Amino acid sequence: MRPFRIAAAGIVVRRGRATLLDRAEVAARPGEIVALLGPNGAGKSTLLKVLAGLEPPAEGMVRLGGVPLGDVPRARLGREIAYLAQAGRIHWPMAVETLVGLGRLPHANDPQADAAAVERALAAADILHLRERITSTLSGGERMRVLLARALAVEAPVLLADEPLAALDPLHQLATMERLKAEAARGVAVVVVLHDLGFAARYARRVVLMRGGRVVAAGLPDAVLTADLLRAVYDVAVTRGEVAGLPVFVPDLITPAP
Amino acid sequence: MSPAEQEASPAPSMRVTAADPVESRRAGRELPLPLVTAAFAALVLVLFAVSLGTGYAPLDWSVAIDQIVRGAEGIPALVLLELRLPRAILGAVVGFSLGLSGAALQGLSRNPLADPGVIGISGAAALGAVVAFYFGLSAAFPLALPLGGLVGAGIATALLLSLARRHVSTTGLILAGVAINSLAGALTALALNLSPSPYATLEIVYWLMGSLADTSLAHVKLAMPFIVLGSILTLAAGRALDALTLGEETATSLGFSMARTRILVVGGTAAMVGAAVSVAGAIGFVGLVVPYLARPLVGHRPGRVLLVSGLAGAALTLSADIVVRLIATRPELKLGVVTALVGAPFFLFLLLRLKDQSE
Repeated sequence: MRPFRIAAAGIVVRRGRATLLDRAEVAARPGEIVALLGPNGAGKSTLLKVLAGLEPPAEGMVRLGGVPLGDVPRARLGREIAYLAQAGRIHWPMAVETLVGLGRLPHANDPQADAAAVERALAAADILHLRERITSTLSGGERMRVLLARALAVEAPVLLADEPLAALDPLHQLATMERLKAEAARGVAVVVVLHDLGFAARYARRVVLMRGGRVVAAGLPDAVLTADLLRAVYDVAVTRGEVAGLPVFVPDLITPAP
Repeated sequence: MSPAEQEASPAPSMRVTAADPVESRRAGRELPLPLVTAAFAALVLVLFAVSLGTGYAPLDWSVAIDQIVRGAEGIPALVLLELRLPRAILGAVVGFSLGLSGAALQGLSRNPLADPGVIGISGAAALGAVVAFYFGLSAAFPLALPLGGLVGAGIATALLLSLARRHVSTTGLILAGVAINSLAGALTALALNLSPSPYATLEIVYWLMGSLADTSLAHVKLAMPFIVLGSILTLAAGRALDALTLGEETATSLGFSMARTRILVVGGTAAMVGAAVSVAGAIGFVGLVVPYLARPLVGHRPGRVLLVSGLAGAALTLSADIVVRLIATRPELKLGVVTALVGAPFFLFLLLRLKDQSE
């Protein structure tokens, strides 16, 4: 695997009259997890799609290892960027193993290498026991893990995950974050959309705080996840503390001044 | 593979034991694809032979083959080459086209209810052919009929594609197909309405019912290039259709251009269906029923359903065409009548089944 840095700068995306992204930027180096945070409608998913080459920006540019994304052939992008969609659907009732195997489609057909990659992905997402289950019989959380395994099976140097923790139980939320950490440890550049501030503080090398299509703040978690910035972005009063050495964030409604 | 990649397995403590009660609902492992494909190919060959052996004119096989081998002319050789062979070939390739098209359009739309008929392509192809009939073009030059069908199918699919590009939902596309079907049906009725003679009307009505009777080697030569081209285009989209299981965005992220996939599938099915309808009329429901039956045999992978569905379509159409010749009615039952008689009730059954199968 050749590691790649992925970086987007000056990204503007318009949909009709609405501006979904306004000069947004984000970058992830090989080996680091970057968390995109912000309230609903902040433009996190749109920015992730721009990074994946799924949403062509009206202005700005994405570079993959220094090369403009538009200059990379689509088939090569399939091997170099793995994208996990938010609330992804599975349209046909396939066996889990077959579905995870779809992550091997971008690669040249080498059945042994493909089988080995699928095996690693099944183990990584903790779904070895579900391998023969039909996807339509899975619970929401199980389906999420199957889709995560599908994305991991690509074994791409860039991994973009849109809310991979949605519908997961606490154990598998932790397992998924640990998996992203392990992916980063082997040189993958990871960009992940999260809603859990605690996980962002624990696992992300850098966080990007968004609102209204703009990047409000970006940098180290400790510098960005401050009460003032979180209040400005989420419109809630957030108390930050530490329990058992781990960061915790407790949101509360902002009470109007008497 | 680097050592770091091989280490990729979760900490043992993360492993969840597989003791949940749902575990008993395991999927039966699907049959190997080459086996399924070979079985259907063999079935098609057998039915092809049976079709050659079925007919109204008596045929002495040994005499016919002897005449063909010696290059001599005679009635038995004529019956085999000019009557039986074209009919068997067209039965196979028309059925193949319908089965393959249905599977491909279902994969593209990710909807098991899509088929060349339901989304209006067959109706539009029939209209194109009827227009060619009506203006006497088919009498003027022989390619007019398949070309008319092709143009009709092409217009319908271009219309659907332009809607699909505007992110119209699958339901919206099927409704649009229904509208195209109605429009094509109305224009076909208009052609009948204004038809210059009752004989022309009768000819159009009979032709619309779909039949392989009275087909010749000329029909085979006309339809074959479009069907071969269409099959190649459609089969080339197999991997993209597999990826589409995960939706268009994820399929794109796997390296497949959706624009290219739509062009392959819609262009390919239009070529096949246009040609098939042009030589055989509107044969309904093969493209709907066959992929539905073939899908579980290949583990529901849309790319793998394609070839098997095409072969199964060939087998079904050959069988139906044998049946209409064995049931001694005068005039012969139309092929399209038989497939719709079986297909329409099945379609209703399918709709009821799907209700309890939602994800």
